[in-house]
Amino acid sequence: MASLRVLVGCKRVIDYAVKVRVRPDKLGVVTDGVKHSMNPFDEIAIEEAVRLKEKKIAKEIVAVSCGPAKCQETLRTALAMGADRAIHVEIAEKEYEGIGPLQVSKMLAKLAKDEDANLFIVGKQAIDDDCNQTGQMLASYLDWPQATFASEVVVEDGDLKVTREVDGGLETVKVKMPCVITADLRLNEPRYATLPNIMKAKKKPMLKKKPADLGVDMTPHVEVLKVDDPPTREAGVKVESAEELVSKLKDVGCI
Amino acid sequence: MQKTARLFTTGLQLRTIHRSFLKRALSSVSEDQSSISIADDVVNTFKSVLGSHNVSSSLAVREHHGKDESYHKCVPPDIVVWPESVDKVCEVVKLCSKYSIPMVPFGSGTGLEGAATGIRGSVCIDMTKMDKIVEVNPDDFDVTVESGVTRNMLNSYLRDTGLWFPIDPGADATVCGMCATSASGTNAVRYGTMRENVMNLQVVLANGSVIDTAGKGKRSRKTSAGYNLTNLFVGSEGTLGIITKATIRLHGIPESMVSAVCTFDTVQSAVDTVTQVMQCGIPVSRIEFLDEVMIDACNKYNNVDYKIAPTLFLEFQGNDKVVDDQAKTVAELVEYNGGSDFTWAKDVDERNKLWKARHSAWYSTLALRPGAKGLSTDVCVPISKLPEVIVATKEDLKHSSVIGPIVGHVGDGNFHVFMNVDPENQDEIDEARRLAERMARRAIAVGGTCTGEHGIGLGKKQLLIEEIGETGVATMKQIKATLDPKGLFNPDKVFL
Repeated sequence: MASLRVLVGCKRVIDYAVKVRVRPDKLGVVTDGVKHSMNPFDEIAIEEAVRLKEKKIAKEIVAVSCGPAKCQETLRTALAMGADRAIHVEIAEKEYEGIGPLQVSKMLAKLAKDEDANLFIVGKQAIDDDCNQTGQMLASYLDWPQATFASEVVVEDGDLKVTREVDGGLETVKVKMPCVITADLRLNEPRYATLPNIMKAKKKPMLKKKPADLGVDMTPHVEVLKVDDPPTREAGVKVESAEELVSKLKDVGCI
Repeated sequence: MQKTARLFTTGLQLRTIHRSFLKRALSSVSEDQSSISIADDVVNTFKSVLGSHNVSSSLAVREHHGKDESYHKCVPPDIVVWPESVDKVCEVVKLCSKYSIPMVPFGSGTGLEGAATGIRGSVCIDMTKMDKIVEVNPDDFDVTVESGVTRNMLNSYLRDTGLWFPIDPGADATVCGMCATSASGTNAVRYGTMRENVMNLQVVLANGSVIDTAGKGKRSRKTSAGYNLTNLFVGSEGTLGIITKATIRLHGIPESMVSAVCTFDTVQSAVDTVTQVMQCGIPVSRIEFLDEVMIDACNKYNNVDYKIAPTLFLEFQGNDKVVDDQAKTVAELVEYNGGSDFTWAKDVDERNKLWKARHSAWYSTLALRPGAKGLSTDVCVPISKLPEVIVATKEDLKHSSVIGPIVGHVGDGNFHVFMNVDPENQDEIDEARRLAERMARRAIAVGGTCTGEHGIGLGKKQLLIEEIGETGVATMKQIKATLDPKGLFNPDKVFL
């Protein structure tokens, strides 16, 4: 039955456990010497693809990443988790700072066509920019259906039944393939890369491409003006009575 | 200061020094815990050395640092300080030595024996701002961490390397805190305890000097060079020096894990199964026993529905073939002992569901009576003695008013009775302590220990003497007196 070729987008981001600091030039955050890892939602995406392969629904998993040279580390992790091969769209550091979901989704769309993908899974958003746009733009460029915020994916009669986490609760949709899915937190619990798999991953093929190969215009569309720390928390004020509390709340216009 | 008669045994000498400085420290303390006895100018000296944001005398902060997860009462230290580097720790130690102020190092406060509880007139040294993971060496399977790094923090950092730090005491303790208490956990049967997994420690000594117990930057897998200072400090519970950095062994993340649960009609048959599994040499990675009282508590807390009977939770790790073989062999032993309902799971979600009950044991027990605190026993005996000791313990509990579910790392011969006590009811606490002491003495009598993994802390000082013997404890005190002549490192803990 295994027939699907699944592409999974992985982004290299600052590790979720790091205490992020603003750069002195206030145009970004400090990334030098800071621990980076795969975007947690992309780990979930890879895990879902690997599970589809274990269930013999997917026949090949291709992990893709767009960014500077270090993205290869992220792709190796994806390979160690069970992806079969990887594609790295290499973008120089300076150029990478200027682009976002708009350009990345164009690159992924071209790759999806070139690789004849049946399914593209990405994390719902990256934890560094929280854009939550790449999956949706990707589907649009490909003119494919999309099922976002997936918390469960089931194959049913050749289509996919996806349960989505939405504000009101859970919504189930049926999508025909080829389609785009964006992975949400509760879709699965990603496996750890084990030593033997890390060893095997070193031998799996990793192809390098450039944005020009994919015909994508890298002109920045967004300019970051300023990055600031959130304001430091002020000390609280103790009040003596409920009446005083009410009057203070009135003073600041809360009630 | 009173003149004291000159006494020649170091133990008594230590005690007189201790008494005299305590007298000075406590001389101006009022009964109100919110006041402190350390003079203002001394507090200001700490602030100028560490930065005023790294020193606190607020009551809430002091109370937080005056207790751990045990039933021992909260005793707030006078001030809490946060050194951000080993140099600052040295300065704190030198200051405390100059003014004869006792020091209590503090990690995550998850201890179970009161070792990190405050002392009147003391400085609590909160190590958590020193939270760098200094160096990972994936090829050599070792990592060096500062004292504020917790084990979950470390394992999260390591997750892409294929390595992990498997020692799992349940709580998210700091790695150096685990060194100080010689921690262990559910995985010890396979991976050992801290004693086997610490390669090097950076320690600040009483005179403010810094040592690396195995030498600076040394991380060989084995060594015969000089005295084993590393293991001297492992388990010293903050009484010999302040640990600021640890180099520890890592292990490969297992490729495959299978978890299993099975129930038995009697405690005896469950524990017999354990001893047989160990005697077969099966390298099981977790083997945990829960008695029916504990299962009932876990059912209630987690809203699950396990059969209320003595239960074994097991985990096998390794490659696919190995775990399957191990699981099959153990299934046969279970059947041989009349066990039933052998359920097993390989899938991570299923496994987590199976183990949820075991992991929530402490909180499930406390939830039986909201507001209750837990007194945990920690006896560890040779495996062959385990069945008789657990059965005798259950008998004791049957004849007592205290609720005491049992959970145990039975593969090591270690089990805990989590006694549920009302902290305001002295009778209950006394009854729980009586039972705990009875269990400890029974364990000592069969060649075991009163504390397999939690430490001596505040509550087991007398048992330490009974277990090790007077001469042994006197030797320990000699070492203490040599390394801490003024008796300022966590006084009142470990020794009477």
